[in-house]
Amino acid sequence: MVPVGDKTRVQCEPFDTAAELVRVKSASRCIGGVVLFVGVVRDFSQGHGVTKILFEHFPGMAEAKLAELRDVAINRFGLIDLVIVHRVGELAPGDDIVLIAAAAEHRAAAFDGCSWCIDELKKAVPIWKKEHTPDGAVWLEAHP
Amino acid sequence: MKITVRYFALLRELMGRESEVVSWDDAEPTVERLRGHLADRVPARAALLRGGTLLVAVNREYAAANTGLRDGDEVALFPPVSGG
Repeated sequence: MVPVGDKTRVQCEPFDTAAELVRVKSASRCIGGVVLFVGVVRDFSQGHGVTKILFEHFPGMAEAKLAELRDVAINRFGLIDLVIVHRVGELAPGDDIVLIAAAAEHRAAAFDGCSWCIDELKKAVPIWKKEHTPDGAVWLEAHP
Repeated sequence: MKITVRYFALLRELMGRESEVVSWDDAEPTVERLRGHLADRVPARAALLRGGTLLVAVNREYAAANTGLRDGDEVALFPPVSGG
């Protein structure tokens, strides 16, 4: 089991969103708001049904880039705490993929920081997805 | 010198391997010249290996075409990322 304490993680196991929220809140009594983003596997993509998605990462570099992203976001948005967890392996529709929990004194920083994080993650963290559909499997290269 | 080359995602499948150690000598070893060398060795994948689509990381940091290489470096080639 991956320790919940690590603020940035790549893991196969499901994450516990409620537990992560409690941990983020416990970072400081100055926290006035937490924005949570949870990315979920859809059962369709670009007009096709999706049966499962395989997530692959570059071990070592993906974790390092997540940690870098966290440091930059905390400084840039003045966040009090930030947790980023991304799952890899085979995921089914409805499964959670990624969790971002951004805590700040005020909501604007938490919303902005969380939004920026997921956008940057999709651009810079070496993780790839291969979608399986009834017509076959295809690696995705876009980051909509 | 020896360079460990790693491939990910679609490129890993197309190359039929996750990694390889490439023995290669060049007067001015750079990412771009290594990619040229790899393309010469695998003509079927030459366009992809030379092309602008792939991202490159040297020792797990994103690198540019003109980034210099040294013996023992790890060079990862991969398609644009698609996490999240």
